[in-house]
Amino acid sequence: MKIVITSNGTTLQSEVDPRFARASYFIVYDVDNDSHEVVDNAQSADAVHGAGPQAAENISRTGAKVLITGNCGPNAFRVLGAAGIEVYTGFSGTVFEAINAFKKGELKKSSGASVKGHW
Amino acid sequence: MIISIASGKGGTGKTFLATNLAKIMESQGVQVLDCDVEEPDDHLFLKPRIKETINVGIPIPDVDEDICIHCGKCSQVCVYHAITDVGAKVLVFPQMCHGCGACKIVCPVDAITEIDHIVGIIEKGRSGDINFSAGKMNIKEVAAPHLIRKVKEHIKPDVISLIDAPPGTTCPTVTAVSNTDYCILVTEPTPFGLNDLKLAVEMVSQMGVPTGVVINRVGIGDNKVETYCREEGLEILLKIPHRREIAEIYARGEIVIEELPDIRNLLQGLADRLPGLIEEVTRV
Repeated sequence: MKIVITSNGTTLQSEVDPRFARASYFIVYDVDNDSHEVVDNAQSADAVHGAGPQAAENISRTGAKVLITGNCGPNAFRVLGAAGIEVYTGFSGTVFEAINAFKKGELKKSSGASVKGHW
Repeated sequence: MIISIASGKGGTGKTFLATNLAKIMESQGVQVLDCDVEEPDDHLFLKPRIKETINVGIPIPDVDEDICIHCGKCSQVCVYHAITDVGAKVLVFPQMCHGCGACKIVCPVDAITEIDHIVGIIEKGRSGDINFSAGKMNIKEVAAPHLIRKVKEHIKPDVISLIDAPPGTTCPTVTAVSNTDYCILVTEPTPFGLNDLKLAVEMVSQMGVPTGVVINRVGIGDNKVETYCREEGLEILLKIPHRREIAEIYARGEIVIEELPDIRNLLQGLADRLPGLIEEVTRV
């Protein structure tokens, strides 16, 4: 299973980016074989309009079923929900720590957006 | 003759000028179009009898999931990301949609039809002999320019049209001021008034709309607005004094010129000059 973690850098030691749609990078991590790839999110991060839905659509195209981030707005949350992606907000720390916390089942699933739009 | 009344800074007196000028011009045949659709307030002073209310909508996509093949083309073409295809479902965000119809055009299987998403209303009526139209945007909506364009469709060619524009220098203001014969910029003699006047002057000059300045609340602040106008060759059409009794009458929702003869004379002077001013700029 693939999980996506928002990141401000390109390695597992990078900090989790507290913003979802305007995060610098997405780390797409496959928990089945412990491999990962880096997706540059510049397209959404610099979008004038609709960064949330666009970023959420891009995540859904990676095939990931889980998103770990700091905050997620209402439009993005709606798209992620429709795509069947579980959202875990409120994480701070490195991407590596986020992956471990998820594997150990320490994260709590979000039931709604953690911030308003245009946060 | 279409006159827009705009300002960079909010709260300088656009509504005051529009409503009081309309009262002065009432016998000549005048209409007021309140295009400050996010916070229309001309009705508070003119107290029009509303005879007609028109819904204004934007055409947004409605996707038939039974026909949709989830190719994602609608999502790719939308620069506003108002339509998103996540594979299992297509989501539409009405507030982000500009109603351009591109998604419907690119859909290869005709799964998209357009439905009206109501963004606001236009109220039409009369206040004495003043013809009145006002746009009111619904809460949560953002499509102010669309609603303003719809309000401007009610411009009557046979009367003087006064357009009360939204403050600022962004799309709603540009939409309200565009294609008007003359723009009156209302400002106040303060650093804020001056800063935002400069932005507004830059806006109207790029739009090619001739403009003059009304300085309201003269007596506060400094004289830098006047100096700026002189240096830029901008005509100061009128200076309205800063007086407590003006504010008191206005705060009661009443028409200032009906109670203060000297203010009536000031605005009458402007009303008398406007046709000539516009003739002058159109000749040049």
